[in-house]
Amino acid sequence: MSERLRSADVIDAALDQGRPALIGYLPVGFPSVEASIAAARTLIDHGVDAIELGLPYSDPVMDGAVIQEAATAALAAGTRTSDVLRAVEALSGRGAAIMVMSYWNPILARGVEPFARRFADAGGAGLITPDLIPDEASDWIEASDRHGLDRVFLVAPSSPRERLAYVAERTRGFVYAASTMGVTGTRTSVSDATAGLVERTRAAGAQRVCVGLGVSTGAQAAQVGAYADGVIVGSAFVKAIMAGEGDLGALAQTAQDLRAGVDRARAGAADGSPR
Amino acid sequence: MSDSSTALRDAQGPYFGRFGGQFLPEALLPALHEVSETYEKALVDPEFTSELSRLAREYSGRPSLLSEAPRFSRLTGGARILLKREDLNHTGSHKINNVIGQALLTLRMGKKRVIAETGAGQHGVATATAAALFGLDCTIYMGEEDTRRQALNVARMRLLGAEVVPVTHGSRTLKDAINEAFRDWVTNVETSNYIFGTAAGPHPFPSLVRDFQKVIGEEAREQVLALTGSLPDAVIACVGGGSNAIGMFHAFLDDADVRLIGCEAAGDGVDTPFHAATISKGRPGVLHGARSFMLQDDDGQTIESHSISAGLDYPGVGPEHSWLADIGRAEYRGITDAEAMDAFALLSMTEGIMPAIESSHALAGAIALGKELGEGAVIIVNLSGRGDKDVHTASEWFGLLDGDPADETDDGTEPEEAEPTGTDGLTRHGRADLTALRDLARSTMPAATAGQDITEDRA
Repeated sequence: MSERLRSADVIDAALDQGRPALIGYLPVGFPSVEASIAAARTLIDHGVDAIELGLPYSDPVMDGAVIQEAATAALAAGTRTSDVLRAVEALSGRGAAIMVMSYWNPILARGVEPFARRFADAGGAGLITPDLIPDEASDWIEASDRHGLDRVFLVAPSSPRERLAYVAERTRGFVYAASTMGVTGTRTSVSDATAGLVERTRAAGAQRVCVGLGVSTGAQAAQVGAYADGVIVGSAFVKAIMAGEGDLGALAQTAQDLRAGVDRARAGAADGSPR
Repeated sequence: MSDSSTALRDAQGPYFGRFGGQFLPEALLPALHEVSETYEKALVDPEFTSELSRLAREYSGRPSLLSEAPRFSRLTGGARILLKREDLNHTGSHKINNVIGQALLTLRMGKKRVIAETGAGQHGVATATAAALFGLDCTIYMGEEDTRRQALNVARMRLLGAEVVPVTHGSRTLKDAINEAFRDWVTNVETSNYIFGTAAGPHPFPSLVRDFQKVIGEEAREQVLALTGSLPDAVIACVGGGSNAIGMFHAFLDDADVRLIGCEAAGDGVDTPFHAATISKGRPGVLHGARSFMLQDDDGQTIESHSISAGLDYPGVGPEHSWLADIGRAEYRGITDAEAMDAFALLSMTEGIMPAIESSHALAGAIALGKELGEGAVIIVNLSGRGDKDVHTASEWFGLLDGDPADETDDGTEPEEAEPTGTDGLTRHGRADLTALRDLARSTMPAATAGQDITEDRA
């Protein structure tokens, strides 16, 4: 248990180094369970601070085409929730925090408490729940408290101040700020309005705010990392796996590029911490 | 929120017992609040309510009739079957009731674009119609599989000026169309309103859609009292997401002596993997924004549903139905494809009313229920839509496309052995041939003519 890293551990360590954290998403089971574990190791070895393992789900309403395609393939290949827990176990203890991103029904189907116990035992840091708002999460809030797990809720550009405060108060680890109104996927630019959302979320009480949706290049990571505590990248990594066709070189290159981006995000600042 | 001292009709969400809620991305929460708020204000605004009822009267054609079905009744063991004729509404189904209401709300929100999902195409056609009426841009998401099954409705929507987007993810049916509509909504929520088609999804949709559909039961309750002097023994409706059924049931919820029966699509049979009998065979979970019964595997992955009816081919169901099943106020039964198709042909042949295949599930349920309840029982069937859109599917089913009726079909499946029940000549899991159904239909002719040799008229 002592070596189970939580998201705050790796984010704070990165901030201490004068840079935001880099968080990488990969769906478990794409292209196979073993290959996705190997891909996540590659990310960790090339500078990713926290892994966000996607639990592939049949009805992913927050995901764009790239992640949908990967998740569909993972399910078609027979990926199960137990494989996700196995991947968590295989990846914990390697210096990165291991998060799981899951839509709510697969967790409900396992039972919130049994899942939380097994997940913590496997070395998991916490859950990111894109279709679970804190208002519906009382079971999960209790279970995550009991097992010392992060619970990452999302905010969006549409979120009014009272929602930001409500979400921030119930979050543990970091608040996930969606850079845009939309679904996952690479975008050519990240809206300038995102800085404002991060600022408002902090002002509403969030300790750490990480930004996801649409970040795919080192340049975008540097731009977003100037104000966010962490930069979350998903579709760009999945695309690199698709392009690599079994060779993880492209994935390693993408990770290095993004890590270089977060490393220079605050190069101009005298003090690395935004706080 | 209801307790035992509260009338069942007062249940308003967000929870119906242990069902309902709002399980969806935080990004959409402000939009759902806006819909709720706009709706609550509109409900008490005479300008809105009078406009809604004016359009119902002058545009949709309400109130819809309650029709006697004397010949069809003879197939049900002597029950008296009354048909609530939602098939006569403008656009051909109950869907227009909800859509006109939500389109008016869209105008009040100042949004210029509507999006919707559709299965059979009835909700899509109704939404495209309302968009044309009110001058709104309109995008309809429809599973690719359904665009094939319901090609005529795709053309109707396009002719009405809507953009139809075939959805190629997942099972390519209604559930995937809903996913895609949510993705569009979260991206375009500033300018667009999601006109949800059934009494499911996140709060406030289950109660909002029900409130726009409850006119069905309110009219039917008045009409049956005027016609028979008493309440019916049962009301029966098909259930996919459940909007026509809840619209029919709602007025009767607190009439404890009126049985409420929902007919789910049992596809090849509830004991096969190929059905859409969510309440009968599913268990509680979260799908499309609400906790309700759903078809899922041990890991909580949605299991694809199967039904000949695109409109019932959905692995979820509205939360109010799950609650009514839970507390035992309503019963839910499975009706197979074969039973529904028999009823489709039988109503057409006995009454000259061609029902939607969706509604045919309720008619098949009524045949069985009438026999259970016995002579003189009064049953209202919600005839939720008309069957014009289903002529192609029915022609395939009954083998009409290559000429004569036959039990061979060209859809690649082996026709099963017909298994007559022995009492009524109806098939249960096999595929009936049209000639047998016609003989059965002729048995309901008035005694004076039943024995006479009338001219054969091949349909």
